[in-house]
Amino acid sequence: MMQAERMRIVSHKVLAQNIYEMTLEGELVQHMSDPGQFVHLRVDEHGDTLLRRPISLADYDKEMRQCTLIYRAEGQGTAKLAAKRSGEGVDVLGPLGNGFPIPQDLAGEQALVIGGGVGVPPLYNLSKQLQACGAIVTHVLGFASADVAFYEDRFKQLGATYVATVDGSQGKQGFVTDILSERAIAADRVYACGPLPMLRALEERYVGSTIPLYISLEQRMACGIGACMACVCHLQEDPTGLRYKKICRDGPVFKAGEVVLT
Amino acid sequence: MTDGNEAVDLSVDLPGLPMKNPIMPASGCFAFGQEFAELYDLDVLGAIAIKAATREPRFGNPTPRVAETAAGMLNAIGLQNPGVEHIMKEELRWLEHYQTPVLANIAGSTVDDYLFVAEQLSLDPRVGALELNISCPNVKEGGIAFGTVPDVAAELTGKVKAVSHLPVYVKLSPNVSDIVEMAQAVEHAGADGLSMVNTLLGMRMDLKTLTPILANKMGGLSGAAIKPVAIRMIYEVSQAVSIPIIGMGGIQSVDDCIEFLLAGASAVAIGTANFTDPWVCPNLIQALPQRLKAMHVTHIQELVGRSWKAWVTQ
Repeated sequence: MMQAERMRIVSHKVLAQNIYEMTLEGELVQHMSDPGQFVHLRVDEHGDTLLRRPISLADYDKEMRQCTLIYRAEGQGTAKLAAKRSGEGVDVLGPLGNGFPIPQDLAGEQALVIGGGVGVPPLYNLSKQLQACGAIVTHVLGFASADVAFYEDRFKQLGATYVATVDGSQGKQGFVTDILSERAIAADRVYACGPLPMLRALEERYVGSTIPLYISLEQRMACGIGACMACVCHLQEDPTGLRYKKICRDGPVFKAGEVVLT
Repeated sequence: MTDGNEAVDLSVDLPGLPMKNPIMPASGCFAFGQEFAELYDLDVLGAIAIKAATREPRFGNPTPRVAETAAGMLNAIGLQNPGVEHIMKEELRWLEHYQTPVLANIAGSTVDDYLFVAEQLSLDPRVGALELNISCPNVKEGGIAFGTVPDVAAELTGKVKAVSHLPVYVKLSPNVSDIVEMAQAVEHAGADGLSMVNTLLGMRMDLKTLTPILANKMGGLSGAAIKPVAIRMIYEVSQAVSIPIIGMGGIQSVDDCIEFLLAGASAVAIGTANFTDPWVCPNLIQALPQRLKAMHVTHIQELVGRSWKAWVTQ
């Protein structure tokens, strides 16, 4: 159930170039149910940035009443967020959306987790939960360069981790798909979050196979609760062209092949 | 005027919309209410303006459909809606759980489209009044003349009045050279009220792709950025017509509501602010009486047009 709360920033630090990790504390964490859900942050309560910013949960801990967000400071809104200090409050709406489905018992199953850039954060808590359910998790992570890469060590603690960078400054030179082509990584299920070209390539690889692929999408949105109709996407196999899903409310995680990637 | 001990009367009796307070969500910013009903009782609202209905279902525009701007946002949703038949079968039936009056927004690209939807919605007992959306900037196919040419707007208004027994509000576009002329044209054609203003046409560019951010390229600007424009237009129009005005355009606080009333609006609609704070409407409704008491106002209607009326005090 969505709540609104002024959460307190308990830590806020730079992880990589323009990449920030913010940990928030509050009751709202008790309502978080799945990795892949997001929160909608008001970055500027008295200024001229009206719209909230949707940011996925990188991690959450109900006992500690804390959740961690990782974001890239890129536009006006996230730049304002980046200027906030530990101890300050942030107006948070959430948790929102439906996250990655995780079956209860994954003993001995191989889970493959694939992320690109700022699509990597929600996969961290996902991987933790997959591992807790008994899965053997392998990570394939892609970044533009070593400057903007983060969390490789954290993922390594949860399972085998392969990194690709476009410029070759960390891990293999190339894309996550190059790693997948090069290594036969066993997978009973695949989870992914990242840029559209990466998701499209993964759809080509897995849709129609026996291996289920779940992808998390993003889109510019206003309300985050399903009312403004900004973040809709078409359904696959819909000859009418009229059926849709809202990324904020029906997603952001979808089974690959359900919606059209645009 | 009062010494501050009496209750403040917030009620506004608009044609087809007996409102217990002057605040309603604006069409297009509230869908059909379901998402907000999970957060609060919709019956606290003065009225509900539902999302535009068209003859056929519409998917709307490609994404991205929204972009942030200084103190505002651009949208180009493109009138996505399930069509009037579905709205009457599902959304309006669901709204029967509530008593708050419903203002049903109508959009179309031809006169026949508007008339068909108006006739259908007029059969629905849940609809209190119609709002003619002649000013959506996000639909390409020919609709623009309805919002920008006074004779065309007047003709459409007259025809809708002829097929419906319900009061008709015409939602005016600010993207015109003379909004008073538009307002007077639709008043003479029989409009029972005006909603103003719709969004201002705008654009933003993406510096990464070097192209417009919105897939539709242009979109409607809303939010606090347009508030002074809306207030100015309501101020001008309310002095030139005798039908009531539902004022809208960037309202986010109780003081904003009062400014719109002072300019000449009889009620107000809250749009973009619902996206920043989904509880904004009930919060404003709750805060309004105290603010009015502090201003020694007993009846909210005392404020309507107060900025220009030769007011007899005490």
